[in-house]
Amino acid sequence: MRKVVRGFYAIAEAVRLSRPNVIAAYPITPQTEIVENLAEMYANGELGDAEYVTAESEFGAASMVLGASAAGARAFTATSSQGLLLMTEVLYNAAGMRLPIVLVVANRSVSAPLSIWNDIQDSISVRDAGIIQLYVESNQEAHDMLPLAFKVAENRDVLLPFMICVDGFKLTHAYEPVDLLDQETVDKFLPPYEPAVKLDVNSPVAMGCYAPPPYYMEFRVAMECAMERASRVMLEEFERWYELTGRNWGGHVVAENCEDAEVVVVAMGSVVALVREVVNRMREGGKKVGLLKIRTYRPFPSEDVRKALENAGKVIVIERALSIGAEPPVTADVKSAIFGLDAEVYPVVMGLGGRDIPRELVEKVIDDVMEGKVKPEKRFEGLNEFEEVIP
Amino acid sequence: MNYFGPGHGACPGCGFPIAIRGAIEALDGKVIAVNSTGCLEIVSSMYGRNTWGVPYIHSLFENAGAVAAGIETALKALKRDKEAHVVVFAGDGATFDIGIGTLSGMMDRDHNVIYICYDNEAYQNTGNQQSMATPPGARTTTTPVGKLQPGKIGKKKDMVEIAVAHNIPYAASASIAYPKDFQRKVKRASEFEGSKYIQVHAPCVTGWGIDGKLTVEVARLAVETGLYPLVEYEHGKLVKVRKLKQRKPVEEYLKIQRRFRHLFKHEMGKDILDQLQRIADENAEKYGLDA
Repeated sequence: MRKVVRGFYAIAEAVRLSRPNVIAAYPITPQTEIVENLAEMYANGELGDAEYVTAESEFGAASMVLGASAAGARAFTATSSQGLLLMTEVLYNAAGMRLPIVLVVANRSVSAPLSIWNDIQDSISVRDAGIIQLYVESNQEAHDMLPLAFKVAENRDVLLPFMICVDGFKLTHAYEPVDLLDQETVDKFLPPYEPAVKLDVNSPVAMGCYAPPPYYMEFRVAMECAMERASRVMLEEFERWYELTGRNWGGHVVAENCEDAEVVVVAMGSVVALVREVVNRMREGGKKVGLLKIRTYRPFPSEDVRKALENAGKVIVIERALSIGAEPPVTADVKSAIFGLDAEVYPVVMGLGGRDIPRELVEKVIDDVMEGKVKPEKRFEGLNEFEEVIP
Repeated sequence: MNYFGPGHGACPGCGFPIAIRGAIEALDGKVIAVNSTGCLEIVSSMYGRNTWGVPYIHSLFENAGAVAAGIETALKALKRDKEAHVVVFAGDGATFDIGIGTLSGMMDRDHNVIYICYDNEAYQNTGNQQSMATPPGARTTTTPVGKLQPGKIGKKKDMVEIAVAHNIPYAASASIAYPKDFQRKVKRASEFEGSKYIQVHAPCVTGWGIDGKLTVEVARLAVETGLYPLVEYEHGKLVKVRKLKQRKPVEEYLKIQRRFRHLFKHEMGKDILDQLQRIADENAEKYGLDA
């Protein structure tokens, strides 16, 4: 059913349709409305047998979904920014314990200075945790990815947490037309969760052992193997989703106009929609520009990125997070993916802390690169003139 | 059926295995055990050497309360809540200090969990660093004894009262020196729906500096001197207290432990000894310990 809804509702509704057993969360802007919607559904008896709990902190919320998942429940949580950082210790732990929890991150910058506005520094900062990360461009994509996230995470070849990253405010609070799924469709796609192991008095297991040096490394490498298998499982499920709903979100990446492009812009999240518009306009003007949308950030789709950028002489990477003191994060991954190819990479940092990214700025960034006005090195665009105060 | 061990790696004379085994036996093995990082976890859950006969989970140092809450919530959602008691076993560091937030959240929401804190009065797993459960005057590696400092300065946090303040149905203190009393309390706790808190005093041979064969005796002296009153609350009301026929002076308890030995020589030791006796006297008055 196509309806104009706000992002947080589209997300909450897809969570409901995925029939979780336990939802535990803690409010934080701009995620709050997602769990508020779920709380309301719970209060109205619309979540079936599911239990909804407001935790005492994001740390508690993450720990609760960890416990719930270990007991055999399908478990969901959502957070943003500081909340995600507070969850981090638990998320590393849940990934190591191979618990298939699903979480939505309403992307927000991190403090200091305090900012409630959007960039992707929060989720980027936990990229190494062993959690699948997928960045969506629209609320429809966020809505569709929820059942898929559970299905992939719970696949026994995977068993890793799955994080859907949705730009805070820009998507979570935006009104967009969304084809809302119905229960029948979701049930057809997503069967009830059958845990491989669970806490059960009839068949006791010990979970969360400690591993001395002769054992630890194998556990961690096993996570790498699972992440690799996740890459394949995700592609299979993307395909199934397309067959079922008619909506084709592509694979781990979506390459548009890349075959003959002189300049390809790499982007993740909601900014993709803007870049697409700019690219299409420039194409109309005869400029050979392309777009590479990265959807799956972990596992990083190196081969897909390399293939898409094979013919690109110049690659612009739009960065909405930093790795302060080093190459911006997506750039580092893109560069390693295309190592050996004859392409120049232009990391452009924009839109931190909710700074607007106007269309004209994206056009200028592309023009500057096309016309050779800038060097292939880290740049900050949309930056005010400022003087650093050193006390 | 062995619920805990054999094969665990606790020190000879360690206090807490008595409590762990006692608690699970009291509940006829119908237990899902949640354990915070600490001594108990390290001695029982090494990969390939699990010594638990019941389902067991360890996540982190400071989240046992929330993990237990999550398990209990899941069992409810999955209609498996009659299957087992969710029981936390956590040390005093995990309970009084780093994990008090998740424990408070668990008790505030009144999750149906029995939370058992084995209190050995310091971070003993890592070699005796002070916790908020460390009594005044105790020598730990982070409250060392020096010219200016006679061991820990300050007080021991009253976690039982903090638990009671959460309006949970049951809270009690216990001691491994009184295993029957402890088991009765665990059983009693299991009869209530909601959060239950039991704090069981369990000496640490190495951290306290005692002979392994004296563990039970030392624990008993803590009770008999009034320093570790055994009390029991139901729905916020004090319902039972272990009375003492002849309360002993605290020195009898302190002098047999290396962690307190300096108090008898240090120039500030007398003040601390007085403070400890005062604490025992106050406990006696508050709970009516003297028979």
